[in-house]
Amino acid sequence: MSTRLSTGGRLLDKTKQVTFQFNGRRLRGLQGDTLASALLANDQMLMGRSFKYHRPRGVVASGAEEPNGLVNLGRGGTFEPNARVTTTELFDGLTAESQNHWPSLDFDVGVLNNYASRFMPAGFYYKTFMAPAPAWKHLFEPLIRRAAGLGKAPKDRDADRYEHFYAFVDVLVIGGGIAGLQGARAAGQAGAKVMLVEQTAHWGGRAPVDGVEIDGQPADAWVKNTLQQLENMDNVTIRSRTMGAGVYDHGYALAYERLTDHAPAQDIPRHRLWRIRAGQIITATGAIERPLAFAGNDIPGVMLASAVRDYAVNFAVSPGDRTVVVTNNDDAYRTAITLKQAGLEIPVILDARPNGGGALADQARALGVRVENGKAIASVKGGKRVTAVDICAQAGEGSVLETIDCDAVAMSGGWSPVVHLWSHCGGKLLWDEGEAHFRPNPDAAPKGAQGQDFVITAGIASGAMDSAAVLADATQAGKTAAVRMGHIAPDMAAPKADAEEPAPLLPVWKMPQGAGYKLRSKMWLDFQNDVKVSDVQLAAQEGYESVEHTKRYTTIGMATDQGKLSNINGLAILADSLNEAIPAVGTTTFRPPYTPISMGSIGGDASGDLFQPVNQTPLHQWGSDNGAYWEPVGHWRRAYCYQRDGETVEQAVHREVLATRNSLGLLDASTLGKIIVKGPDAGKFLDMMYTNMMSNLKQGKCRYGLMCTENGFLTDDGVVARIDEDTWLCHTTTGGAARIHAHMEEWLQTEWWDWKVYTVNATEQYGQIAVVGPNARAVLEKLGGMDVSKEALGFMEWKEGQIGGFDARVFRISFSGELSFEIAVPASQTRAFWDALHAAGAEFDATAYGTEALHILRAEKGFIMIGDETDGTIIPQDLGLHWALSKKKDDYLGKRAQQRIHMTDPDRWQLVGLETTDGSTLPDGAYAVAEGVNANGQRNTQGRVTSTYHSPTLGKGIAMGLVWNGPERMGEVINFPMLDGTSKTAKIVSPVFYDPEGKKQNV
Amino acid sequence: MSNAVSALQGVSSAGFATVTEAGLRGMITLRGDHNAASLRQAVTDIVGVDMPEVRRCTRAGERAAAWMSPDELLIMVPYADAPDVVARLSAALEGMHGLAVNMSDARAVFMVEGTAEGSAREVLAKLAPVDMSRAAFTQGMFRRTRLAQAAVAFGAVGDDAFELICFRSEAQYVFDLLSMSAKSGSQVGVF
Repeated sequence: MSTRLSTGGRLLDKTKQVTFQFNGRRLRGLQGDTLASALLANDQMLMGRSFKYHRPRGVVASGAEEPNGLVNLGRGGTFEPNARVTTTELFDGLTAESQNHWPSLDFDVGVLNNYASRFMPAGFYYKTFMAPAPAWKHLFEPLIRRAAGLGKAPKDRDADRYEHFYAFVDVLVIGGGIAGLQGARAAGQAGAKVMLVEQTAHWGGRAPVDGVEIDGQPADAWVKNTLQQLENMDNVTIRSRTMGAGVYDHGYALAYERLTDHAPAQDIPRHRLWRIRAGQIITATGAIERPLAFAGNDIPGVMLASAVRDYAVNFAVSPGDRTVVVTNNDDAYRTAITLKQAGLEIPVILDARPNGGGALADQARALGVRVENGKAIASVKGGKRVTAVDICAQAGEGSVLETIDCDAVAMSGGWSPVVHLWSHCGGKLLWDEGEAHFRPNPDAAPKGAQGQDFVITAGIASGAMDSAAVLADATQAGKTAAVRMGHIAPDMAAPKADAEEPAPLLPVWKMPQGAGYKLRSKMWLDFQNDVKVSDVQLAAQEGYESVEHTKRYTTIGMATDQGKLSNINGLAILADSLNEAIPAVGTTTFRPPYTPISMGSIGGDASGDLFQPVNQTPLHQWGSDNGAYWEPVGHWRRAYCYQRDGETVEQAVHREVLATRNSLGLLDASTLGKIIVKGPDAGKFLDMMYTNMMSNLKQGKCRYGLMCTENGFLTDDGVVARIDEDTWLCHTTTGGAARIHAHMEEWLQTEWWDWKVYTVNATEQYGQIAVVGPNARAVLEKLGGMDVSKEALGFMEWKEGQIGGFDARVFRISFSGELSFEIAVPASQTRAFWDALHAAGAEFDATAYGTEALHILRAEKGFIMIGDETDGTIIPQDLGLHWALSKKKDDYLGKRAQQRIHMTDPDRWQLVGLETTDGSTLPDGAYAVAEGVNANGQRNTQGRVTSTYHSPTLGKGIAMGLVWNGPERMGEVINFPMLDGTSKTAKIVSPVFYDPEGKKQNV
Repeated sequence: MSNAVSALQGVSSAGFATVTEAGLRGMITLRGDHNAASLRQAVTDIVGVDMPEVRRCTRAGERAAAWMSPDELLIMVPYADAPDVVARLSAALEGMHGLAVNMSDARAVFMVEGTAEGSAREVLAKLAPVDMSRAAFTQGMFRRTRLAQAAVAFGAVGDDAFELICFRSEAQYVFDLLSMSAKSGSQVGVF
């Protein structure tokens, strides 16, 4: 039984009980518990099922490296899958459910996979589910998806909010153990601006658990004291529950702060993602203990020796009354000593080293613990719980010498520095033979923009294996970082701690070393993904020589823990199988984040209303109050139509079209881009930007222009007005304002930098209202002010003046074929002007119309729309716009490209009108078919629909489309197959359906 | 000008910092060679402030000049004065390559001010990739940057008071962002 001890528990507040639920059961824990320690205290050793074989799994570690203890946490809007029990702080009301079990954790049907495991070796899926191809989608994948998998996907919208924070520091110290604290202190004392982050809620790391003494005081006291010093420094910021998640180029780092996970609260962000620019980064990230590979090492009750010690010291929890310790190094003896001193039984310490351990081993023996050198575990007995271990000689093949009853096993295969953050940005590693681990190569640090080193490791993360070395290394790291940032190193000696001289470690990659297949196929390397020693060996045997390939073939290291426990052991087995040295095989790539971070934190504030900026015109509120049916156009919201009571969208659109054609329509055209181009070379510049001539436009006149990319494709269009001698105003499409402004600036800044031209994007300075319809002039005359008669303001002219008391710039241009004035007024007065137009226009049935009516009005007139008739592959010639291509000019953007063979190919599809033979409306994007089939056996095509509407004016469907040889085929009927198997026929006609002579606009 | 209204008509919110839309402001985009004597003189004579250094804003009462780019200044004056100042600047730039244009209506202005509860600097540091520490962002500084996904410019007008300018069409988004980031309880506690 795992249980709560009467002594120990340095992180607990034993006076505060906390209740929580696990799989529907109400349990009690203590304030300060993690979910893992609380479950263990309740004898809940079984916490989940493995990914592939559904084997019973208990917690194996005590920190971020935990592979097994994963739960679904919370409910509804706060539900989160794959939460690690070891890093989940307990709070009152916490609810957790174990994952990957059916129907229950104790009785799981999927465990049948376990008995079939010899038929499911590495690469099983790849080999088995190969053919026939459709079976993957319809049979195999659904089956595997049901059987495998960990947490459930959340179903509800996330109830929490998140935020970012931008921080700028000289030195970022990641890790709040004694190395991080000391490194931060040294850098801080030098005067550097320091930020120190620690992923857990507690400072000091392992030192207090391991009984370290620093400067003659217990580690806890030194930590408290040092923390106090850091808090008193104005130039030092410290944050706990903040994990250094990733290190990126140029000293950029992400830190993940968990504000309310331990104490849920409303209205406070749950997570805060720190986006840090650091001059230097010190990674004091500690080390992770390696498991040992022996048969049955995944049975609940087998744990890392350090974790067993953590649970006892930090949380007053014992994993069992009788714990067998198995090790290849001295450190694990601390666990035996700790448990023994807590009054628990250590039946035996199995030390795989023939000559055993050093001083700590002597200490254990002195406490009366049996120590067996050169011995190993042949296999662990038990199903959902350890019951005994078979003992054998490490040097042999696993003949059982003795069976010892126990209910827990504490294992240690040595320690590996946490090199993840060092490696994220290119720091290289060295293989340390003595410690059998990779450690950072200080001569190959991540490099900054100037080629300077910008990451330094500190403490055991550097490979410093005892406290004295850790503190010396950290002091130096802090000083070095500060000096690199231009500060003077403080005269500070490293705090004193006892150096240790442990007996050398013996690399043990499998136990016993001569284990046969049967044992090897029960030795787990990756607990979460069920990868065993035999799987890696099989991969090697099948030719997977690269560690990256073996990783993907066997799935080792691909679980949510990203191989924190399995990687080194796995690649050692691979190296052994390939007869290579371990460093020759190398590691897989370390990628951020260090442990998973929430998607919410990455999104930050960008959710709900703040998901994206919505650009609103000065008439947005009026639209909201008057039934606007919104559509996004770029980042703008434009009214598609304004629905009145009981109207459908379609009815509203038709009403708006007819009102405009028959009397008076008002359009919010404020979103149209308005770019001012001024300077002595502005005319020359615009002649290059537009396909037609703009330099010869007379003051007071307007001209419709086309813009192409340098590849010849049509990219934007709009009306250009000449303001004065050296100033033009260029209107762009709604979505084009920022893009075209940037396009202009790019050419000005990179190609024609010596041309004297300034541009300003004045789009938002003005609200623009199109006053459209037979009564357009009448309503303006009623408002009074400037002369808008045909004589005073002709078609394609503009004038400045006052209308109804408003300063206005009036453009007589028409995108509807009606008499039309586009009137620009200052944005802050646009709403008032709009209201005045409605008031004055009431007698003319003034009707606000939206973008769909705008589209229909222009389509009835055969005007093209950028984005409908164009899609990035269309040139003006395709659209019959030859008249807008100046022949007088030597050059314009796109001219050369339009002369290429493909562009002048007579087989390019051309713009025409399409009129269905039955008056119905063609679907958008429909293709017209031609005779025969292409090389892929598909029906040949000869055209497609680019714009299509029901025209309320004409009472029938109208469309524009691009058709092969279209303009030459007027009157011909072509065939458009529909998705439902029927087809529509349409006659090729002129694209101008309404008022082809232009009588209505020219009045 | 009785018809003129600012984007959000003076809306405000209170959290650990206050956010207030500052109403209409005269703003003029002035483009030209910063080293040209006529431009420098126009700024000092017509606007009445010193020519600003890179990433700074010079102020005198309600008038200010902010550095926007190597050939662009933002001139701020009372809203009603803008047309007249544009005309005078344009006249002063006659003969040189320059551009003065009234952009008062294209923008919205917000004030973000700290309270006893927390610092306005933190509100901005949650949203803009800018070092907002007191040592780095001093009074008189002025930055063009982004606030989450919106283009903005802001400057320090006091130790813990900032004036922020955004596009008029994005005023609501910017106000909502600032208000959310200033919510009580979400202080970061670093400034």
